[in-house]
Amino acid sequence: MTTTAKKSLNPLSPKERIKVPRQLMPEQDACERAHTFTEVNLGYSAELAQQEALRCLECAKPTCTDNCPVGIDVKEFVQRIVIGDFLGAAAKIREANVLPAVTGRVCPQEDQCEGKCLLSKKVKPLGIGYLERFVADYEQRMGTQVVPKVEPTGKKVAIVGSGPSGLTVAGDLIQKGHKVRVFEALHEIGGVLVYGIPEFRLPKQIVREQIDYMRAMGVEFETDVVVGRTVTIDELIEEEGYDAVFIGTGAGLPQFMNIPGEHLNGVYSANEFLTRINLMKAYKFPAYDEPMLDLHGKDVAVIGGGNTALDAIRSALRLGARKAYVIYRRSDAEMPARAEEVHHAQQEGIDFQMLTAPVEFLSDGKGWLTAARCVRMELGEPDASGRRRPVPKEGSEFDLPLSVAVIAIGTSANPIVQSTTPGLDTNKRGYIQASEETQRTTRKGVFAGGDIVTGSATVILAMGAGRRAATSIHEYLTTGVW
Amino acid sequence: MFKIIHAQFLAPGIKRFVIEAPRIARKQKPGQFVILRIYEEGERIPVTIENSDPEKGTINIVVQAAGKTTTLLNSLETGDSILDVVGPLGKPSEIANYGTVVVVGGGVGTAMAYPTAAALKRAGNRVISIVGARNKELVILEPEMRGVSDAVMITTDDGSYADKGFVTDKLRQLIQNGTRIDLVVAVGPIVMMKAVSELTRRENIHTVVSLNPIMIDGTGMCGGCRVMIDGKSEFACVDGPEFDGHKVNFEVLVQRNAMYRTAEQLSMEEFKRSREADHACQATSPEMQGAQR
Repeated sequence: MTTTAKKSLNPLSPKERIKVPRQLMPEQDACERAHTFTEVNLGYSAELAQQEALRCLECAKPTCTDNCPVGIDVKEFVQRIVIGDFLGAAAKIREANVLPAVTGRVCPQEDQCEGKCLLSKKVKPLGIGYLERFVADYEQRMGTQVVPKVEPTGKKVAIVGSGPSGLTVAGDLIQKGHKVRVFEALHEIGGVLVYGIPEFRLPKQIVREQIDYMRAMGVEFETDVVVGRTVTIDELIEEEGYDAVFIGTGAGLPQFMNIPGEHLNGVYSANEFLTRINLMKAYKFPAYDEPMLDLHGKDVAVIGGGNTALDAIRSALRLGARKAYVIYRRSDAEMPARAEEVHHAQQEGIDFQMLTAPVEFLSDGKGWLTAARCVRMELGEPDASGRRRPVPKEGSEFDLPLSVAVIAIGTSANPIVQSTTPGLDTNKRGYIQASEETQRTTRKGVFAGGDIVTGSATVILAMGAGRRAATSIHEYLTTGVW
Repeated sequence: MFKIIHAQFLAPGIKRFVIEAPRIARKQKPGQFVILRIYEEGERIPVTIENSDPEKGTINIVVQAAGKTTTLLNSLETGDSILDVVGPLGKPSEIANYGTVVVVGGGVGTAMAYPTAAALKRAGNRVISIVGARNKELVILEPEMRGVSDAVMITTDDGSYADKGFVTDKLRQLIQNGTRIDLVVAVGPIVMMKAVSELTRRENIHTVVSLNPIMIDGTGMCGGCRVMIDGKSEFACVDGPEFDGHKVNFEVLVQRNAMYRTAEQLSMEEFKRSREADHACQATSPEMQGAQR
């Protein structure tokens, strides 16, 4: 639905809008929050949200929507905020995005909608992420989410994995009248949203509420099912009668650096470190049974420069670490983490050791980590990723004393589904081959999207793949054409 | 929720549970395991599958009480439920007709060795089983092992039953007697698997061991269960749990399994204290029972 013909509801002229400053996100004080898992960003008030919404220039050709992986009608939802119709704004977002309270918090808006905002040519871009978060939270507080009623189609879809892509497919298809069942390997629904992203960035209660809403829409969930082991894709289709299957199993196996000492006690993968904290609530030990190493007064480092690395090290700080380092082999400019997260981490006192890489983990002789032997790097010629390749500086070795090191250098494909599904082709890195437009795999009726197709990416890119898959699945189910 | 259809002690501290888990029962193969979580605040632990009945939709697990979770698990009875059971996990044992196979089960490891022995027997192997335990009471599944083996040898550390000694003594005897052994499968305590592997390495007998590192998800996602195989990291949950015993770095396994010893002890002490408090509570005010876990 286009809104270009409508008269603007914004009382300000474009010149006046540019003069309104971008409204700051209220934050918990950096010193206080560095010791607790409560959320860093506190969210806009209705007043702040309406003030910010006034800044939208209501472009005739909104580049924000073009740059949103799920295609949210930003201009329309922002206009509804201007007139105080917050629930209307939420409903508008929900047409394109089933997890607005999540994406409003974790999307890299600066690279997407806000990155292309016309305002940013002169002033700061519109706070689209903050506004999305505001209306999603408002809707949640009001408890008035409308559950759409749809005519059942009689078709059944199985979704493998309950992370961002799977939930998006489920949310879109249930609204088309298909029966949807989501299979999850872990005991909790949400995938990376519950095991990976920490409470201070994405409160688990928010995730639970979004999932409760999907339950209310009729989505069925089954936990403790490792597809490929507990049941295969073929069995889901042939024996359980699913008409289509979507595979969204996520990032997979953590990578290690293959340097000496990686097996020492105290060396974690980021996945394990974060899973212990987020999913298993090890930080509440002994009230929760899953243990983790006591970080109080300890020196901790994370190796890597992505969002996962920052999530891990900021968690370590909150668990009492004395020194908390980020060790990254390139410079600030190449860091893949979101600018806001880097800024937050700096405020909290994280020590960034840029252009540095560990070459060995040292032990006390009894199997426990005592230090990382590191080298300083300098940037050489660009590599395959287009980023300048880090090269070790001769004679720059030094030992950084550490009790815990967390390796956050990426993941490789988990082979369980691929290896148990005949005819499902993978690329040479082991990820599932799927069409970029339709997310169709090489197996009829089987679709895939998210990190299991692309390798590690972001929540919103996985959701974008989920949207495309849902459209394509619906088309397949209604036409029968593969 | 996964219902316990039947619970029964096999030995002091070792209990067998028959659990309603139809999906797992259909798929379980020898050598695989499940991960379970008893209640909301509980940890996830890997547990041996001893057997399954696809018709009835049940699996049997055998649990030895060691820490808090296993002690709590062993206090569950017929009719109780377990919050989460996921599996079957890990690669199944490689079953083929090797010729003569010696299956070694140490302590509660016998429960995992049993289905493998049975499958090897069905595949046409001559199966010689060696079952070891600390004492007579802790020898488990003897009749089951006899049912699937051509010969069964039993050792107890203290000599209270069968022959005094270790499983390696029996294995050495077999080798010395000139028995042609094509494969050894050993499941049990790390020290036992290490001793068996050292013995068979000298004799150049292919040996498979089943490793039991600390795990969380069991699907390869966390990497916590990494073990050193031939100098390289592998994940026991997806690459194992069975590995070539001659390539396993057992020292690293022992060291990594000790990672949370302090926490585990603390957890156990707190648990014991709360249990004692529970008992005191029940003795004085029965109406308080509902407030206790």
